[in-house]
Amino acid sequence: MIEAQDIRYSYANKVEALKGASLTIKDGEFVAIMGQNGAGKSTLVKHFNGLLKPSQGKVLVDGVETTKSSVAALSRNVGFVFQNPDHQLFSETVEEEIAFALKNFGFKPEVIKERVTWALNLMSLTQYRKTSPFLLSGGERKRVALASVLAWDPSTLILDEPTIGQDHEQKDKLRQFIMQMQTQNKTVVTVTHDVEFVAECNPRVVLMKEGRIVADGVGKEILTDPALLEMSSIVLPQIAQVFMKLAPLGFPKDVIDIYEAKAAILKAKESIRLK
Amino acid sequence: MAIIETKNLTYTYPGATKPSIVDVSIKVEKGEFVLITGPSGCGKTTLCRTFNGLVPHFYQGELKGEITVAGIDTLKHHTYEMAKHVGLVFQNPENQLFALSIEKDVAFGLENVGVSREEMRRKVDWALNQTGIYDIRERSPHEISGGQQQRVAIASVLAMEPEVIVLDEPTSFLDPLSAEKIFEVIYKLNKEQGITVILVEHRLDLTAKYTNHLIVMDQGTVRLEGDPRKILNSEETRLIGVGIPKATLLYQMLKKEGLNLGDTTPLSSEELADRLLEALKPQ
Repeated sequence: MIEAQDIRYSYANKVEALKGASLTIKDGEFVAIMGQNGAGKSTLVKHFNGLLKPSQGKVLVDGVETTKSSVAALSRNVGFVFQNPDHQLFSETVEEEIAFALKNFGFKPEVIKERVTWALNLMSLTQYRKTSPFLLSGGERKRVALASVLAWDPSTLILDEPTIGQDHEQKDKLRQFIMQMQTQNKTVVTVTHDVEFVAECNPRVVLMKEGRIVADGVGKEILTDPALLEMSSIVLPQIAQVFMKLAPLGFPKDVIDIYEAKAAILKAKESIRLK
Repeated sequence: MAIIETKNLTYTYPGATKPSIVDVSIKVEKGEFVLITGPSGCGKTTLCRTFNGLVPHFYQGELKGEITVAGIDTLKHHTYEMAKHVGLVFQNPENQLFALSIEKDVAFGLENVGVSREEMRRKVDWALNQTGIYDIRERSPHEISGGQQQRVAIASVLAMEPEVIVLDEPTSFLDPLSAEKIFEVIYKLNKEQGITVILVEHRLDLTAKYTNHLIVMDQGTVRLEGDPRKILNSEETRLIGVGIPKATLLYQMLKKEGLNLGDTTPLSSEELADRLLEALKPQ
């Protein structure tokens, strides 16, 4: 469980990125943190593995205050994948990159081999095992960064913009992987601007604005609230946009799922035919 | 006249075992808004790097085939000569920002081509305003967020007013509303000033509506090229793994169920909503 209690954080340049944010994330939850650029989303999640320590307030991970633990110790349970993969990649081959943390955590060589193979396969990177991460495309480098964290199987995963540069198939795989983590009662926190990805996953959505949390609820409710979204510099998912326009015909406004959309439209068509 | 033309372009990075682009032949007319998409690693970024000569002059490697941009053979001219004609916004903004202030970064290109002080002031202010970063112009590009860095990278290219702007996922770090605003600015420049735009994007839900020339790449080759309404409706596009906009997908699903929503494929939620309002009108 992650508990942030009224935390404030100021960077060295005196910019106060968090102005009192409180949030509790239970084990097994899938939470998407959304909001405009500079709202404090990345700053907030960097507190969850102790990369940043609050200037005021407290962050507890599994009951322990992050100020009383090291990033190294916290990382074993809370894996963090950065927004920009170039901030975390440094090894000569993809395989070494993924093995690096496993070695540091003291896994046995045979376990490392097994986990590396598993992570390469999961992120469709097997063909690049011996390739330098810097020869790969932006989207592929992002997957190497993901694989290197997934490999040590942390119980909480923090993903900062995981869908950047990813095509449809990769996004779908990521979604399935997150669902699978939830069945294992693992926690996933993602910072994302990708409304269509969030609409497909329908997680708990936390909206941030200017260093504060301004809304917290089910994805389906938050992603269909135009005033709330506009305030947070987010656009409605396409299906929600369509249904907003269909409201005068008596359609519900809170539709984000394409199959639900299809069923509602066909039902309406049928009732017109019967009249 | 074609502003970009490639013939059988094949390129291999130094040390790579196979080419990143294979036999690419495309033609872009002046004033077009071209969208390039395709699975991650399909060669989109590499193709963009050929447009201003970064491939092969900076990246080295082996380039075969022909390429002309703005009437210039990029193989025979340096990247700095191409910079006057082609502005490239990189995927990772950190790779192109280096000055001590945002304003200086935006002015850098103009300083190099010898623009007068007044004109430079005017162009830089215009680019800063278009991208919404005028108020933070004196800050360092290294202490701002990834999304703001992308705006700076776009501003520094806009300030040059090149004939062709190539943008490689230029808004991936930006929040959706800011991304939409940037796309609107680019679309306006394209419509009003006739600047040719080449945009690389995965998120067709945000961008398909701007283009009438879509290029789908897969494994280094151009697989489909032409009218986005036709391409996004084809089975082949789906199989390649292109993220079809949800409004387009819903149209296809409803059409399959026998609902008549017109023959051309909608590319935006507005288009689909209008057709649904028509089809579901009380009789």
